[in-house]
Order: sequence, then structure tokens, then C-alpha cells
Amino acid sequence: MSDDDKKFPNLSRRGFLKASIATAAVTAAPTILIRNAHAFVNEPKGATVTLGFNVPQTGAYADEGADELRAFKLAVKHLNGEGDGGMLNTMKPSSLKGNGILGKKVTYVTGDTQTKSDAARASAKRMIEKDGALMISGGSSSGVAIAVQSLCQEAGVIFMAGLTHSNDTTGKDKRKHGFRHFFNAYMSGQALAPVLAEEYGRDRKAYHLTADYTWGWTQEESIKNATEALGWKTVAAVRTPLGAGDFSQYITPVLNSGADVLILNHYGKDMVNSLTQAVQFGLRDKMVNGKKFEIVVPLFSRLMAQGAGDAIKGILGTTNWHWSLSDEGSKAFVKSFGAEYGFPPSQAAQTCYVQTLLYANACEMAGTFNPCGVIEALEGFKFDGMGNGPTEYRAADHQCFKDVLVVRGKEKPSSQFDLLEVAKVVPRSQVEYDPSIFGGELGQCNA
Amino acid sequence: MEAILLQILNGLDKGGAYALIALGLSLVFGTLGVVNFAHGALFMLGAFVAVSVQELLTISMRVKDPSITFFDAYKEVPYLEVWWGDIGRAIIDYSVPISIVAAIPVMLLIGLAMERGLIRYFYKRDHADQILVTFGLAIVLQEIVKSFYGANPIPVAAPEAVATSVDVGAVFGMPGIVYPWWRLIYLLFSVVVIGLVFAFLQFTTFGMVVRAGMHDREMVSLLGINIERRFTIVFGIAAVVAGLAGTMYTPILSPDYHMGMDFLVLSFVVVVVGGMGSLPGAVAAGFLLGILQSFFSMNEIKSILPGIDQIIIYLVAVIILLVRPRGLMGKD
Amino acid sequence: MQTRIIIASTSLRDYLVLAIFSAVVLSAPLWAQAIGAGYPDLLQKFAIFGLFAIGYNLLFGLTGYLSFGHAAFLGVGSYATVWSFKLLSMNVIPAVLLSVAISAIFAVVIGFLSLRRTGIYFSILTLAFAQMSYNMAYSVLTPITNGETGLRVLRDDPRLIDTLLGIQVQGSPLADLFGLTLKGYAGFYFCAVMLILGFWVALRIFRSPYGMKLVAIKSNQTRMEYTGFNPRPYLLSVFVISGIYAGLAGSLMAIVDPLAGAERMQWTASGEVVLMTILGGVGTLLGPVIGAATIKYFENIFSAVNEQTLHQVFDFLPDWLNELMVTLTSPFVGDGWHLTLGVLFMVIIIFLPGGIIEGFRRIQALFQRKPGKAEEEA
Repeated sequence: MSDDDKKFPNLSRRGFLKASIATAAVTAAPTILIRNAHAFVNEPKGATVTLGFNVPQTGAYADEGADELRAFKLAVKHLNGEGDGGMLNTMKPSSLKGNGILGKKVTYVTGDTQTKSDAARASAKRMIEKDGALMISGGSSSGVAIAVQSLCQEAGVIFMAGLTHSNDTTGKDKRKHGFRHFFNAYMSGQALAPVLAEEYGRDRKAYHLTADYTWGWTQEESIKNATEALGWKTVAAVRTPLGAGDFSQYITPVLNSGADVLILNHYGKDMVNSLTQAVQFGLRDKMVNGKKFEIVVPLFSRLMAQGAGDAIKGILGTTNWHWSLSDEGSKAFVKSFGAEYGFPPSQAAQTCYVQTLLYANACEMAGTFNPCGVIEALEGFKFDGMGNGPTEYRAADHQCFKDVLVVRGKEKPSSQFDLLEVAKVVPRSQVEYDPSIFGGELGQCNA
Repeated sequence: MEAILLQILNGLDKGGAYALIALGLSLVFGTLGVVNFAHGALFMLGAFVAVSVQELLTISMRVKDPSITFFDAYKEVPYLEVWWGDIGRAIIDYSVPISIVAAIPVMLLIGLAMERGLIRYFYKRDHADQILVTFGLAIVLQEIVKSFYGANPIPVAAPEAVATSVDVGAVFGMPGIVYPWWRLIYLLFSVVVIGLVFAFLQFTTFGMVVRAGMHDREMVSLLGINIERRFTIVFGIAAVVAGLAGTMYTPILSPDYHMGMDFLVLSFVVVVVGGMGSLPGAVAAGFLLGILQSFFSMNEIKSILPGIDQIIIYLVAVIILLVRPRGLMGKD
Repeated sequence: MQTRIIIASTSLRDYLVLAIFSAVVLSAPLWAQAIGAGYPDLLQKFAIFGLFAIGYNLLFGLTGYLSFGHAAFLGVGSYATVWSFKLLSMNVIPAVLLSVAISAIFAVVIGFLSLRRTGIYFSILTLAFAQMSYNMAYSVLTPITNGETGLRVLRDDPRLIDTLLGIQVQGSPLADLFGLTLKGYAGFYFCAVMLILGFWVALRIFRSPYGMKLVAIKSNQTRMEYTGFNPRPYLLSVFVISGIYAGLAGSLMAIVDPLAGAERMQWTASGEVVLMTILGGVGTLLGPVIGAATIKYFENIFSAVNEQTLHQVFDFLPDWLNELMVTLTSPFVGDGWHLTLGVLFMVIIIFLPGGIIEGFRRIQALFQRKPGKAEEEA
């Protein structure tokens, strides 16, 4: 490993004391320390290649994590040439052959992130240090994604982010080894604002309730900027503690604030609770400034929206993907996922499935598992047939650029899975941005 | 003005929930001397009684959605609705009130089983052991619930007639104080339940013995009264109160398997602020903390003290405990 | 006062205990392989949380004061270390010193206030302080803590001392001890040495007159006070010592993995160390370390077992039995590891009130005909 190379020049420069400590440590260390000379971390030597799927299995996002895991397992199956092949058949261009990756059979290890950075990193380290995983994927929150991404950078393996929506993941905290297929808060704002202006008019006063942590803030900022650019005014932006449960004390001030739109920058349980309670407080039956009061949830998740029951009907928001899409890729994926598990995949499942395929494809393209080669293959990779239309992995920040779905809670669902309808497919050109606006730097490939 | 009145209502409503949970916890500590970390789990189980009743009532005839071919998607029509039409729909609509009726025996049984099966072996053990075993039990209970219902919150709706808001102010000639019906009902409900518990302890012979037992357990036993049996029933009552608090809370907070843990710390803070083992203390502290939490979340206050709403409960707890060694109404 | 205390100048036996303990800890990379824990990160966690639990046990085990807020010191220690990495140097010495100092200051303040109360009131006071720290760190104090994302060491941080000495960072900044990069097994050995030191200090405290006074406070504080003895200085000092242990553990966490997050201060983290201590055996020297290792093992290994691995485990069985075993065991692994942990808590505390250590003693007693000889109990 390259760290070993680095250590020795340092050593000679810093004199005897350090050298002696280092020698002592090396002699004291057991034989495990002496590794074979690998070209890169966890280079697969046998007939298999190991991928690490790091998802929340306990805590509030456990169901989302379980769905991600299903998608991963399906992806592995398809990569190994089992099952009906799913998106392997629709992906364009594709170098995948259905015989594993570079001829090696794909195996996987799993772990529990608990939606905590420490636990997620511990789990990812286990996969890298013990199980020899070459790629880590999964996750259901931005804090975790960013923490694991920087770990993968240090360890020299690839991180294919799962569900993470914060601008920071491919913004100020981007890393050379990290890639995100999911969209971000900025894109949500850019996609949603015009639709909001179209539906609710340009003369609106918005009140934000925002989960008081990094993701909430970037979400609030993005949607605020996008709506203000279209003429909306922001009456107030109030921070709510994560996991507040009862939001009544934050909702009642909305009633007489003069605002006519409530924007809930919440996700998961917070979203479910604040939305249900806001509806109970009669906000949606109100008329303010001569207009009907509206509620907006910028980031929707079908799995989570179920928890809000009827409250989501008619509510606008954005989502990365939805199973009812009718393009070839989506249909192929929904078909094989549905056949395997008996219900449709969530957006988290789709992003994880696609990420796994993209990683495998990049290895095939590069002809190696060496992360530097894989990164090169992924950077600027343009593809289609994966459910989101023509998509590009931008080289400058490792963010996927694709169309964004604006969705609405369905008024008359025809089945238990039929919760959202696509209100508009916002073209990619409308959500693109200059990578420099968020700062951060990718750094170097570490292999 | 309206803003302040609304926050008082919010506070009372929150306080009602806090008080109900804390009441049972304090009762168990006062009588049995047990620190019950599984009390939050009882609250959660109560909520899932409502979920289960709802599921039972909405067992559905499934009409396959023909437009979806890749997996089985159904349009679900509950049998009650198929059989009885509007009456069936009304029954489903009132699933939460119906759950209350179901929750009382179910929670009583769970409480009795818990006490007889586990807790009674821990009366003589120290608090640390009690904490570990009840914490373990709480985890086991919530994992069992998770394996049946998943981790996502499950929506439980209040009856349609009371699912919306009402202008409370209009009654008092001050229109503009709009508040959800269900929250008003919850507040009323908590006051009634608290009243019933107090009346039970105050005015029945059973309650008198229990209160005597709380005061001096040994003495009561020496009088030849089987205090142990009564304490078992007290544990059952505590479970029912926590369970009812959970059942009634479901329309406000979509229940998930983890909600017990979320309320656990808070309920302990409430109990301790009120004074461990003091029932009036638990109730007073519940309402006090609820109201303070609401007030300190107001924008006017947050703009002066950013983040104060995040810590106010703990800050109040610290101040009260430093000023009053045994909480608001604790005895030495 | 049932518990027996052996006051003697360091006896030969203590040295023997220390020697065995050190040997076991230092050889962990070899034997842990057998249980699937032989990789640096988990070994580091064993050592770090072992240290945390030993320190916690000094307070809880000796005085009986049940703190529910020790995670705050762990978190503060981590933040201090990362800030030292950011501002001063990637060398661990200033980082450790800073963490110890800052966690000590926190412990003095929190301890001074909380120790005015006893029993559950004390517990809730510590809990309240820790929860306030956590909530603030997660949101309002983001400029200092970097909130949800966690505080990380960046390449372009100032690092005044390093800059003065002309040391430059290549690649990602990693903690070092005068040139020895503390990651992987080197990081583990650094933690292991700290653990052994911490163990030795704890052993000395257990055996000292100071330790005896603490136990006396546990037995009957009122009686102590009647004899004109003021327990407060003793309580505060042991609270601070155990706070320093926690701060040191937090510092080590940030050393082997330069990141500090607010979650480390959450009440669940405080609860975890309580569980570790009770699970292993309260008031014993070794118990907390064993408890810590057990919980971390479950968290990292049991959670990683999936159906694929189960099928491999039961591979030797005929197919139908294999399926059956997988169906039977799968609820307890993977996403069910919490369930296993909960069951474990209950089983151990019901049948072995003294934790895992008591289990060992009972086994030992089975072999030695004569029971008694309470060992290591102070």
C-alpha cells in the first residue's frame, strides 16, 4: 500500500527517534502486518470480487435500507448472469457481459450503518479491512454518505453513494473516490420552483420549516433561492430539532404569519409527522391573501410517504425515480424486482441498483479493478436506459446529471403502491449548474 | 395574543402526553421501586394496538389492478365496507376510539404478564440490574413489533368528523384560534385518565392500601395485607395508562417501532423533575415542560436564543433539580 | 460492607494480572482472527471502548453513581483531538493532552453540579448535560462541530506546529506519533497501550485507600458523613478521572479515524457504556472490558451476517436442514442483531446478576471445589 511508501521517506527525514519507535512497532507487530505487495487495495486474487453494501438495518431508515439491500442483491444476480438480467438489457452503452465483473463472480458483504456516521464507518472499515471489499455502496442519509465517502477516499476503494440528497456530497465534501447517482437539493429547488410558480402563481409568501442539520439547511437554501428568483417571498425560515415528533409548536405560528405556502424541508419521520400535523391544523383548508394555502415537500420518498397516509394527497415534491415510469429501463427493473420480491422498488432501491451496475460497467470499461482506472471510466460517462433518461456522470464533481421528476401525491390511488404521480419531468438542462458554486475539491486518486 | 394562546394549547397538549407517560412510570417507581426502561415500549405497544385494530378492521377484499403486470398490486376494499356499506365505513373510521376499548384489556394483560414474568424477580435487585433487564426487554419488544410492521411509520387516521380543526376562540368570542379537534380530545382524554387514576388511588380501599404501601411497604405487609398482589395490579394499571397514551397519540404521531425509545428519555426527565414517585409531581412536570417547550420554540424567543428549543427541557430539568433536590414534589 | 478490600502495596498478583492482561490485549490480532474480529478497526474499537468502560466503572462500580452522560466527555475528547489536528499538529501528543484537558474541564463543571444530587436525580442531571451538548453540537454549534457531517481533518488546515517544523501532509492527513502513522494495526497498538495503562491506573485505584473510601461512599454515604467525612472531593475527583478516561477514549477514536461526530454524545451512546459495564460485571476490573468487547462484537459482526453467509455456515448440513437452520437463525442476525443483543441483556442479567464475569467465576467455582475467594472485587 502506498502509505508504506510514504512512511519511509518521512522516517529518514525525521531522525532517529521516530525510526526507533517505528522499528519497535514493526518488530512487535505480528506477521499479519506484512502484506503481499498489492497493486491497489483489496485487489481480487481469486475467482470472485467482493462488493460491500452498507445500509441502515436498524433505526428509522431500516425499511429503506432493506429495500436498498434487495436492489443490491438483484444487481449482483444480474451481474452474475442469473435472473432475467434487468437493466443489463437496457443499459446503453454497456460493456457488461453477465459473467460477473471482468470474469470474476460477484459476491457481497452487508453491514448496518444505523444511520450514524461512526457505525457506518466502522461497518465500511470491516468490509474493507476484513472482507476485502473493493467498492462500498448504500446509505440513507447525507451525513453518513459524506463520512463513508471520505473513508473510502483514504482507504483507496470506490464509494458509490446510495440515497444522499445534500449538495455537500458532491459539493464541498466531494471526493475523487465518491460518486453519486441520486439528485441533490439544488436540483430539487431548480426543478420544483418553476412548477410551483406555474401551479400556485408568482405572488406567494413561503414559510419554511427546516430540519436543523446540514441537509435541511442546504435544502432550505436551494428551494429558497429558486423560489425567490421567481418572485416568491420568504416570510420566515424556522429550524426544527431533528426527530421533534410533535411539530405543533412550529406549525401554529404559520397560521397567522401571513404566509400562504408552507415548505417542509424534512425527510423521513420528520416529514411524515410535520406533514400529517400541518394538515390536521387545517392549513390546507385555509385561504390566505385570497389564495388557497399550499404545502410543499421538496424531497419525496414513496416509502416514507406511506406513513403520512392521506395527508400527501395533492402535495408537490421531487423524487429521483418512480416505479410507474414507462421507459424501457424502468420497466425492465420494476419487472425483475417485482417478480423477485412481489412489490415495486423504491427510489432508494433504484439508485443503489444503478450504482452497482455502473460500477461493474466501469470496471469492464477500464479492464481493471484498479480504482484509478475505474474512476477514469466513470468520469464523464454518458449512459441511457437506466430509468432516468440520458444521464452523465460529470467529471468535475462526480454528480449524475439527469432529468428530475416533480411528483404529486395521488388523489385517487388505484393500488396500495400507487401513491405518487409524475407531475412533470424537468429536463436535465434546467437543473444543471456550475460545479464551482459549491466549492470543494475532488483530490487525487488514491491507489 | 393568538400566538400565545395557541402555544399554551400546544403546551397543554404535549403536556398531556408527557403526563400520561410519566404518571405510569412514577407509579411503578413509587410502588414497586422499579426503574422501568420498558415503559416507553408500553407506550409504543399501545400505539400498535391501534395499528392492529385498524389492520383488523380493514382486512380487505383485494381487487387486482390490471394495469400493473410486474407484481401484484391491489385496490383494497375492506370487507366491512363490502358487507355493510356506510356502516362498515363508519366503523373503520372510528378505529382509534375502538382501539381504546381493545387497548385496556390488552395492555392490562401485557402489564400483568410483564410484572409476573419478569419484573417481580427484580424488586430486590439494584437499579442497575433493573435498567439493564428492562432495557433488554424494551429492545426485544420493539424488534418483535418491527418484524411484524416494519420500521416505517404507519398512518392511523382520526375519525373524519374530528380530523380537522375547529376555531376554539370563536366560543370565547375571540375568533382566530384554530386548533385540531383531535388534539383537544387528547387533552381532555389525558385529563380524564389522570383524574381517574387519582380518584382510584384516593377514594377506593384498594387505592388506600396501595398508597399506604408506597409509604411503608413493610408496615402494610405486617398488617397481613397481600401488598404484592396489589402492586401487580398497579403495574397493570401503569401499563394501561401508558398504552392508552400511545393509542390515542397515533393520529398525531404516526407510530413506528422506535417511538417508545424516543419518548423514554423524555418521560424520565419528566418524572424526575416532578419528583421520583410523586404522582402529582409527574403530572405537574408533564404540563410544565410541555408548555415551556412550546413557548421556547417561538420565533421571537429563538431569534434571541438560537437553538434554545433544542435544550429547554434539559435546561429546566437541571435548574429545577439544582434548586429543589427532590424535584418539584418529591419526598425524601 | 460485604465487599472485601485487599489493601496492600502492589502485590505480586497484581503484576501478574497486568502481565496476563497485557499479553491478551497485545496478542489480540492473533486470537481475534478465530472469532472473525481480527481486523484493525474492530480491535481498535475493543481497546477504545474497553478504556471508556474501565473509566466509567471507576465512577459507577466504585461509588454507585450511575452517570447517563459520559458520552458527552467522549464527544468532547473527539472534538478536541480533531481541532488539535486541524490547528496544531497531526502528532497525537498535543491532541491527547488537549483532549484530556478539555474533557477534564467539562467533567469538573458537570460533576460539580451533578454531584450535588444522588441516585436517579444525579443520573438525570448528567443525562441532561449530555443531551444539551449533543443537541447543540448537532445544530447550533455547527461552526465548531460541523454538525451532522462531523468534524474532519482537511489537507489545507493551518496546523501551526507542523507548519513551523516544516512538516507537510501528503494525501489525506493521518494521525502520527513522531513519524509513525497511527492507522491500521499501528493505531490498534497505540490504543492497546493506552488501554493497558488505563487498566493499570484503575487497578491501582481499586487497591488504594482512595478506592476504599469510594466504596465506603457506595455502601453508606450518610454514615460516612456522620463520621465527619466529606465525600464530595472524593466523588468529584473520581468523576473527573472517569471523565478523563472517556475523553481519552474519544481522543483515541479521533486518532485512529480523524473524524468527530455529534452522535457520539447522544444518550444512546451514554447508555451503551452503562450496558457494557453492567453486562461485563459492575465493580470488577475486567468486566467492563469484556462487556465493551461483547457489545462491539455484536454490533459489527452479527449485524453483518446475511442469508448468504448463513447458508455458508450451515453448508455441512443437508439442504432441507440448512434451509431450516437459516430460517430459524436469520431473525437474530443482520437487521435482527438488536434483538439478539436485547435477549442477551435479559438472559445475562436474569441468570448472572454479576454479568459475564460472574459467569466466569461460577465456571471457575465448578472446578475449584471450594468457593469464595472473591477475586478482583473491590
